[in-house]
Amino acid sequence: MKHFSFGYFVQEGVRSIGTHGLMSFAAVCMIVACLLIMGSFSLVAVNAGHMLGDLQEENAFLAYVDESYDQTQCDALEAQIETVPNVASVTFISKEEAKENYLQGREDVELFTDLPDEVFRDRFSIHVTDIEAFEDTVEQVRALTGVVNITAAVEIAEGFVIVSQVASAIAIILIGILVLVSLFIIANTIKLATFTRREEIAIMKMCGATNSFIRWPFVVEGLILGILGATIAFFLQWGVYSLISTAIVEYNAASLIVVLPFGSMALRVYGGFLLAGVLIGAGGSSIAIRKFLQV
Amino acid sequence: MVRLIDVKKEYDNGTKAIKGINIRIDDGEFVFLVGPSGSGKSTIVKLITGEVKATQGRVMVNGYNLNKIHNRQIPYMRRTLGVIFQDFRLIEKKTVNQNLEFAMRIIGASPREMRKRIPYVLNLVGLDGKGDRYPNQMSGGEQQRVAIARALVNNPSMIIADEPTGNLDPLRSLEIMTLLEQINEMGTTMLVVTHERELVDRFSKRVVAIDSGRMISDETGGYYSNETL
Repeated sequence: MKHFSFGYFVQEGVRSIGTHGLMSFAAVCMIVACLLIMGSFSLVAVNAGHMLGDLQEENAFLAYVDESYDQTQCDALEAQIETVPNVASVTFISKEEAKENYLQGREDVELFTDLPDEVFRDRFSIHVTDIEAFEDTVEQVRALTGVVNITAAVEIAEGFVIVSQVASAIAIILIGILVLVSLFIIANTIKLATFTRREEIAIMKMCGATNSFIRWPFVVEGLILGILGATIAFFLQWGVYSLISTAIVEYNAASLIVVLPFGSMALRVYGGFLLAGVLIGAGGSSIAIRKFLQV
Repeated sequence: MVRLIDVKKEYDNGTKAIKGINIRIDDGEFVFLVGPSGSGKSTIVKLITGEVKATQGRVMVNGYNLNKIHNRQIPYMRRTLGVIFQDFRLIEKKTVNQNLEFAMRIIGASPREMRKRIPYVLNLVGLDGKGDRYPNQMSGGEQQRVAIARALVNNPSMIIADEPTGNLDPLRSLEIMTLLEQINEMGTTMLVVTHERELVDRFSKRVVAIDSGRMISDETGGYYSNETL
């Protein structure tokens, strides 16, 4: 006489959402609110990280070449620099190009027309992969024969590293706290919904229902509410993000702030919301019902 | 079969509800458990249904040793029992049929088994044709019959009725008790907890009387008399 079916649990879960409409509505609202807060904060963190990444890419240092080196030796030195760990790219800048760069945009260009190219040195502009290893890379390049001097803004690089680490730590801590708070609020909302059905659970227990038999319809109910909440939150998030990004673009003529398009993140956002919704809904239900199973 | 051997029960708040009781209920017996409020009747029911564990002594129910039973086995032990309460405890949002289906689903019955068993049990308790009604569309006596049907539907070897007539008028009480007697005659062991003197005396069954957590009498064909309580 064993005839359990997942269909029954789904049917019971769906029926229960309808029967306890107000509590279901409250639970979905809580899930939407929590996901919106978490989602908004995460999107701000992603955009901030992206902007920081852009700034990091701009971070390069210059290695000056010994004046006695000819082009062949410079090519050999470039090959040597490229083998240094953490070097992303090496660009050779001849003394002529260096002079041109120097004069570019100057108002007093005529004063320098007689300036010989030899005043400048051949140099390499070197980009690094990992900004955290910036200083080590600078020292390794400095140690190469043929490199006579280096100009590198190590302090700025260190600043980027600190800002990036602090931002990541704050993001992780805040998102962690928000997840816990959401789980707590939703577990309590579902607990309230479950409380009204404690009699039903007690009857089931007296009739010999196993804990899993009682728990599954509640978990399915939480799962459905979680998916529903995640979907609503996703579309609301999309709307809010689009409104804010449009406003930023309008008032940000100098393009100092770059906002990522929502479309490029939509799938990841929905995936994240779904995962969080399912975990919060099903997890919240499981936590909420535990107390009532001890009969 | 139920056996309580030297059972004592002390709650966490220090209340000594049962102070050493020995009861044996054999298969097919009809037993009235009587006693005043606070005498320990409900605790005995809870000990038998596995809601609470004995502080001392042994409790055996239908082959399960409740002193050593694992939590996961309790639902299976409860399936050998049918429990009836004073307040019926029906699910108001389900029809009579759905209430019974609900009980049968718990033990994994198939829809075919339900279609076969439910009309039979409803007929047995005198509710033929009332399967589509909701509990609030029925009288107290009828609701208690639904509760009896629910207790019976999984064919338990024993039914425990905790004050089954407490919410009913004398005529309905008599009807319900007669129904329980008929069910007992079909082979189901019956433990009826009550303090309704007239009913107990009228049926002349085995009467176990307890007071202040102790058994004060156990007589077959006994009475709920003033002398004992």
